[in-house]
Amino acid sequence: MSRGRFGVHGGQYIPETLMNAVIELEKAYDYYKNDETFNKELEALFNDYAGRPSLLYYAERLTKALGGAKIYLKREDLNHTGAHKINNVLGQALLAKKMGKTRLIAETGAGQHGVATATAAALFGMECVVFMGEEDVRRQALNVYRMKLLGADVIPVKTGTATLKDAVSETMREWTNRISDTHYCLGSVMGPHPFPTIVRDFQSVISREIRTQILEKEGRLPDAVLACVGGGSNAIGSFYHFINDEGVALIGCEAGGRDVHTFETAATITTGRIGIFHGMKSYFCQDEYGQIAPVYSISAGLDYPGVGPEHAYLHDIGRAQYVAITDDEAVDAFEFLSRTEGVIPAIESAHAVAYARKLAPQMDKNKIIVITISGRGDKDCAAIARYRGEIINE
Amino acid sequence: MSNIKKAFENGKAFIPFITCGDPDLDTTARIVRAAVQSGADLIELGIPFSDPTAEGPVIQEANLRALSAGTTTDKIFELVKDLRKDVVIPLVFMTYANVVFSYGTERFVKKCAEVGVDGIILPDVPYEEKSDFGPTCEEYGVDFISLVAPTSDNRLAKIAQEAQGFLYVVSSLGVTGVRSEIKTDIASIAKIVSENVKVPYAIGFGISRPDQAQMMAQYASGVIVGSAIMKIVAKYGKDSVPYVADYVKEMKDAIRTIP
Repeated sequence: MSRGRFGVHGGQYIPETLMNAVIELEKAYDYYKNDETFNKELEALFNDYAGRPSLLYYAERLTKALGGAKIYLKREDLNHTGAHKINNVLGQALLAKKMGKTRLIAETGAGQHGVATATAAALFGMECVVFMGEEDVRRQALNVYRMKLLGADVIPVKTGTATLKDAVSETMREWTNRISDTHYCLGSVMGPHPFPTIVRDFQSVISREIRTQILEKEGRLPDAVLACVGGGSNAIGSFYHFINDEGVALIGCEAGGRDVHTFETAATITTGRIGIFHGMKSYFCQDEYGQIAPVYSISAGLDYPGVGPEHAYLHDIGRAQYVAITDDEAVDAFEFLSRTEGVIPAIESAHAVAYARKLAPQMDKNKIIVITISGRGDKDCAAIARYRGEIINE
Repeated sequence: MSNIKKAFENGKAFIPFITCGDPDLDTTARIVRAAVQSGADLIELGIPFSDPTAEGPVIQEANLRALSAGTTTDKIFELVKDLRKDVVIPLVFMTYANVVFSYGTERFVKKCAEVGVDGIILPDVPYEEKSDFGPTCEEYGVDFISLVAPTSDNRLAKIAQEAQGFLYVVSSLGVTGVRSEIKTDIASIAKIVSENVKVPYAIGFGISRPDQAQMMAQYASGVIVGSAIMKIVAKYGKDSVPYVADYVKEMKDAIRTIP
């Protein structure tokens, strides 16, 4: 069995054309991850450019409103570009630069990863092309404009369901076409090895900071960490430094869409089964013949039929729990957090808030929950207004 | 060991790729039989997949049309069973890892052996991952066919040495599809391949015209053409049989006597 396994999951299921490219990437990463200069440069980018460390904020009004566990919000929404995506992108862009690459290509769903990649490309003076499903281009017009403003080319993908999975497929196709000067800046903990490991390592800054911050504020570790899961990068980043602390429950919140009992869902671990797709073995929403299902969620960032292999493994061994949150519950939570704390979360992150609304009241007041607010919700306002029957101009 | 090598005993081999079920399985059966009549030496039968990441637009669209028409893996096994009443040339499946894995690898390979499929090509399974499929294929006497690409470099020799059935040499970077010119230095790839391979090898990706086929056939035991054929099927649908037949004949005639 190949490298890059998490239990049976992971691996490198990609065309031969790309194999030397991922091997070269793995070698470069293995070198630079222990390189002092690289790590200093990355830390400087995190702190001086992206605005890290992000705040760990005690949500007192939310805590009181739910009447149970004490709730902290890990404010990844306060990062430069408005989401956790920048952590991974700064790491990969710096790595790509060290490897002598001059062009970044990326897929994007909600547009946050595309914006982050376009931002890093501008900062490093690199060329940038972002592939985005045509349906998402429509849903996230503001982010499309931001990417173009930052100098990126945005290519609408019309194939298949014209959403995130098709954008990933098209970016892979583009990479097989042009490899020598191009790095595929993959946006989540998915795809072929070494991407799930590289992206996890760059995102693990989230749990490293949570750990330090909660110990400072509470003198102990949290009882539960909640994060939304599409591919799963903010979730694995939030979980990683707690995996060995068995007292910390790790809960991933998937997009249930209209409901997990309908076909209009994107809850991969809840409804999918094991398969091989987009470079990895993991859980996928698929039919009996292995055809990948056209998934659905109100959240463009969670609208993906697979999940990162490390999450599949954490599920298999029972270390993390995965729950499905419907569109309705997520939209309610989006509005609830906005009114209660004055924090407008991304609709993706609102899935984690929605589960906290169920969980916190069942826990004692001396327990602690940390919710990762992976991004800010400005991008979603027009779509949520539409969901509520109100048409606004962006 | 399957009978794939027989495909390379009649001059340079011409290998058409046909997406099963586009526009329907009855048409696929008629196209396959017509291609055999026109001199095809081996046929790659594509099992459609929802997200064919190694394909260009022509075969992507063929896959989607086939799936929309209700094509399934089981119906394709039935198709092969029917074809095997009179078709004797080697047949191989080309599809994606999940189609086989999801069906149950052993169940899939066993069925291949039962209905008379000689080999399997999975473009998203590289050398490093072939242990998922290779040993099962070996057990049932179905060849698990490997691919090499213009970027394989230091990997060429080891992949070629272990190749079974035939070795698929990818002519160009990128995905499948018609190309006006092929810029890869095929001669130097073919040299390393020929020094290491124990089975025939065929070149595919981007070949559509007889002159391109002739050029490629100088370096290999056969050429593979997919998108150019599926373009004809896209254009003529159920009426595409004579057009595909003429095309296959023209291509086979072009390469038959290439040294």
